[in-house]
Amino acid sequence: MIDVLLYALLAGIGVAIITGPLGAFIVWRRMAYFGDTLAHSSLLGIAIALLFSIDPTLSVIVTCLMFAMILVVLQQQKNLASDTLLGILSHTSLAIGLVAMALMPDVRVDLLSLLFGDLLTVNKNDLITIYGIGLITMFLLVKLWNPLLAITIDEELARVEGVRFKAIRTAFMLIIALEIAVAMKVVGVLLITALLVIPAATARSFSKTPEQMAFFASIIGCLAVLLGLACSWYIDTPAGPSIVLCAGLLFLISLFRGNR
Amino acid sequence: MNAPLVKLSGISKYFNGEKALSAIDLSISQGQIITLIGPNGAGKTTLVKIVLGLVDASEGAIYRSPDLRIGYMPQKLHIDTTLPITLERFLTLTEKSTKLCSAVLDEVGILRLLHCPLSSLSGGEMQRALLARAILRKPNFLVLDEPVQGVDVVGQEALYALISQLHDRLNCAVLMVSHDLHLVMSSTNEVICLNQHICCHGRPDQVSNNPAFIELFGDKTTAYTTYTHHHDHDHDLHGAVKNTGAADINERGCLHD
Repeated sequence: MIDVLLYALLAGIGVAIITGPLGAFIVWRRMAYFGDTLAHSSLLGIAIALLFSIDPTLSVIVTCLMFAMILVVLQQQKNLASDTLLGILSHTSLAIGLVAMALMPDVRVDLLSLLFGDLLTVNKNDLITIYGIGLITMFLLVKLWNPLLAITIDEELARVEGVRFKAIRTAFMLIIALEIAVAMKVVGVLLITALLVIPAATARSFSKTPEQMAFFASIIGCLAVLLGLACSWYIDTPAGPSIVLCAGLLFLISLFRGNR
Repeated sequence: MNAPLVKLSGISKYFNGEKALSAIDLSISQGQIITLIGPNGAGKTTLVKIVLGLVDASEGAIYRSPDLRIGYMPQKLHIDTTLPITLERFLTLTEKSTKLCSAVLDEVGILRLLHCPLSSLSGGEMQRALLARAILRKPNFLVLDEPVQGVDVVGQEALYALISQLHDRLNCAVLMVSHDLHLVMSSTNEVICLNQHICCHGRPDQVSNNPAFIELFGDKTTAYTTYTHHHDHDHDLHGAVKNTGAADINERGCLHD
């Protein structure tokens, strides 16, 4: 039994470490809704994986990446406001995933665990995936940190200074897609954005530099995982939602500390 | 004259079929200061973005010198309030050497703010911070989009003096979008008066007498108190001939001194 808890803890922390800095960028770039849309599209990725019996993680990554590209193209047209567009795509993609799964009668899926995560069933292979992909995303984030920050602060200024904007943006989408694929396991597609946004927002009030905020976001994320799991363990609440709830409470506490 | 750093020939730009800029010829060489003036919607910022390569022109050709190094100061910086960043970190985004960053901040006079959050800077300090970032790259071409925006009159004087001083030290070309022709610049300046096309261009004292200029800016000339010439009369708005040609200078009948 202690194995289950240990694996769950390791998996949660493996994800929270990355969602810290990544979430900071999502907050700075005002991409919460964008992340939500991609997370929802991962359900379609799972459906595709089941349909063609391919690796679900790979399928989710590819689906998210494709959705990200489609979104970037669609956002360039000016007829619909960006948030309207995201609202349409976010829920449509969720619906497609749900319908596609319902259409596969011989496949039994635990929909609840896909939607809200199933941390307590994490096994060794899952851990390898989480930490393997975690390392890749961490490497990419560190490598692209300065140019990413530069385009976040002022895209045009960064471009004049020679930052290859499109390449960096595409790489950033890839990082989000990779992280969604692993975070799904922990909090489920509906709560991924929470794990990205809440720790970063909580870290804001005691950070002076972008790096501090990213670091504190990781720590707060890990703390939320720890508290959420404890909650789940002792009072038998669902793990994913408990983690998000704890993150939310930590945010609430940070508010009392007073924003600068 | 030096070989041009940037040369635009016959540049036009359309937005959804609407003409924003037409037939712009412009050449900028080392050491030159060009001030771009014109009313709102004249296409000043669009032209600057075409020069910077941020916006593609619809028609025309652009030449950029192979050793062109642009330092760009955008009109305004919109930093999300959720992004905590100090002035120092803002500069180290492009330049790793903190020593160099400090030196540049010293030059623009805000070294004492090194560790302050960017969001706490005043309008004038922010403009200096942007200027610092622009010169950090040791550019041979400075592009400044309304560099004195949001700065009080005294601060504007100081900022123009600083730009002039930086221009002298870096021996760079300067392309500046502005609302006023400033005294400090007048000796070396070339002014281009833009209203979707180049209405007139020349030295400030020449341009300010040009009917095309007068027509554009009317009798609001009190805003341009730092001209080299003196306003001892009022311009008649209707008296100005509709002249879209190039710099025909001093052909209007207003008498100067």
